[in-house]
Amino acid sequence: MTDTHDMRREMPLGLAQRGYTGVIQHLAAKEAGSALSDIELESRLIELGFVEGARVEVLHEGLVGRDPIAVRVDNITIAVRRREAMAIIVA
Amino acid sequence: MELPLLHLALVGTPNSGKTSLFNALTGSRQKVANYPGVTVERKEGFFVTPLGRQVSIVDLPGTYSLRGRSPDEEITRDFVLGKASGEIVPDLVLCVADSTNLRLTIRLLLELKRTGRPLVLVLNMFDIANRRGISVDVDRLAKELGVPVVTSIAVRKGGTADLLKLTDEISAKLAAEPQPNNWRALSVSELRATQREADRIISDCVSLPARPDTLTARIDAIVLHPVGGLIVLALILFVMFQAVFAWAQPLMELLQSGFDALGEFVHATLPAGLLQSFLQNGVISGVGSVIVFLPQIIIIFLFILLLEDFGYMARAAFLMDRIMGGAGLHGRAFIPLLSSFACAIPGIMATRVIDNKRDRLTTILIAPLMTCSARIPVYTLIISAFIPATDVLGFINLQGLVMFGLYAAGITSALAVSFLIKFFMLRDYAPAPFMLELPDYKVPRLKSIAIGIFTRAKMFLQRAGTTIFSMMVLIWFLASFPQPPAGSTEPAIDFSLAAIIGKAIEPLLAPVGFNWQIAVALIPGMAAREVAVAALGTVYAIEGGKEAAEQIGQVLATKWSLATALSMLAWYIFAPQCASTLAVIRRETGSWGWMAATFTYMLVLAYAASLLTYNAAVALGAG
Repeated sequence: MTDTHDMRREMPLGLAQRGYTGVIQHLAAKEAGSALSDIELESRLIELGFVEGARVEVLHEGLVGRDPIAVRVDNITIAVRRREAMAIIVA
Repeated sequence: MELPLLHLALVGTPNSGKTSLFNALTGSRQKVANYPGVTVERKEGFFVTPLGRQVSIVDLPGTYSLRGRSPDEEITRDFVLGKASGEIVPDLVLCVADSTNLRLTIRLLLELKRTGRPLVLVLNMFDIANRRGISVDVDRLAKELGVPVVTSIAVRKGGTADLLKLTDEISAKLAAEPQPNNWRALSVSELRATQREADRIISDCVSLPARPDTLTARIDAIVLHPVGGLIVLALILFVMFQAVFAWAQPLMELLQSGFDALGEFVHATLPAGLLQSFLQNGVISGVGSVIVFLPQIIIIFLFILLLEDFGYMARAAFLMDRIMGGAGLHGRAFIPLLSSFACAIPGIMATRVIDNKRDRLTTILIAPLMTCSARIPVYTLIISAFIPATDVLGFINLQGLVMFGLYAAGITSALAVSFLIKFFMLRDYAPAPFMLELPDYKVPRLKSIAIGIFTRAKMFLQRAGTTIFSMMVLIWFLASFPQPPAGSTEPAIDFSLAAIIGKAIEPLLAPVGFNWQIAVALIPGMAAREVAVAALGTVYAIEGGKEAAEQIGQVLATKWSLATALSMLAWYIFAPQCASTLAVIRRETGSWGWMAATFTYMLVLAYAASLLTYNAAVALGAG
């Protein structure tokens, strides 16, 4: 990716605003506070294509609490709640 | 020598076009049932290959992996592994991929390879991929994956020819010795490694488009806009409501008059007696009172299937997720609950789109609280008899206001019950996180939708029909036996078991202001709520039944107090007065227990609401 990505600070995707673009650095299921177990959450995220190196873009936000978010992951769009997106560390 | 039936299984991720491929291969030669012990739909179809081989194909529930995290996904896993009870191990597994989006399917395919089952990768929607400038090196992909790869365009005539040809070739040389099954649940690191392997293969064999799908992005800019999206959703719902109530009405009236005419014909043809009464009142009017809902069911499913096929359903869930989440409901519960305003039966059937068991159960339990169209005749009758048509604040019609209040009470109580279920009963059950693919928009395939509606309608008629039929026979029996003594001038129903039961439960209903005639009317009203109107007519010995609804209203106005009328309205917001809904709940949850739970909680609510309403009204001087 471009140089700017390397210089950006890592942050959870769950805090990203609409229009944010970045690259997945790693998954941190423990941080998310999801009702799912860490392993289950991580497995599901990988199954939906959230793996290290994937390009993400926050396309849309819901009305209440800007939640959930619609995220472009490479060439598919996935809707997730911000709570689960906290497990996806991007930069 | 006749070759044995070849068994195929269709596996793929959700939105891979699996079902449209299934429809393209089998047409209407489909059989829908449930897997034993679970409420997962089992769809099997049949076709013949160009070389004349008879093939049975099972459309397995969509899944992203073989981990089996829901009953549906467990079925897919067990079926492929040959562990599903009563199922034959498939001879060949077809793994279906959306050609525009291969990442997730290739990973699934790599996982499937470990099972040792003979595999084919079907690149579906290949035309859309080509149009978007995605080019796939099919031969190289087959070599890298080590499985045959075939392209298909399920929606086009002849679009499955290559697949059919390949099926013949493969079936001719299916390995005599089966491959060993090396599959076990993948650990997180294996899963990640598999996805990386899939991504490597894709980058070697697929060149991605210069032009992404801008159409989907443009539609989503409006449809998923936080405010605009909700307005679009409201508009779609408005049209859907109009369709369900207005378009279905003429057809429903036609069906109703058809059944009435048939009943009259039987009445005129057969000599008066038990057989005549059984056929006219038990079979024809009973089963007829349920079949009249068929147009509404077809229209609702037309909308649901169209929106699902187009790709909108996932968006509606996205928009409503947080709004409904406050009451403990999943975003996907929105459409089933909405359908329940027409009738809880298609609503409960539509809960199949909710993949999480807990969320689905909550939705099923509260669906009957949505004011269904069968309550409308009862509401209209009582409101027009007791509520004056005066204006409130100069422009709001009081009758309309009461009607709105009844709807609002239904919705509010549904949300409250859902909240309580979440809070007390299913607390330890991990709530499903909302993680959903928003597929690219696609033009709905009319043939596929027609087949979908046809199978749903058939299922409604067949299965709900048999249960309802037996209920109707029972109710007719209660209302007809024992027969009145010869020369009796009172209504025959006075001598029946129904009247005996009505009088027996009258003391229980007296605190809510119901007399024994209401108690009797509630019994046939069990079959379908609006039957209570006709039953009240019968009980008050008025000629004409349903047609004389106006007349019944006048009689009620003289026989009931306002408090009784209001109590009756409150009762009908909650009353579990619909045997067919209960039958569908039993079938969809696979449990008599949940059916009983629904019946009990609604009965308790109905009684409490009526008790409160009646006593408040009496205290205010309306007794």
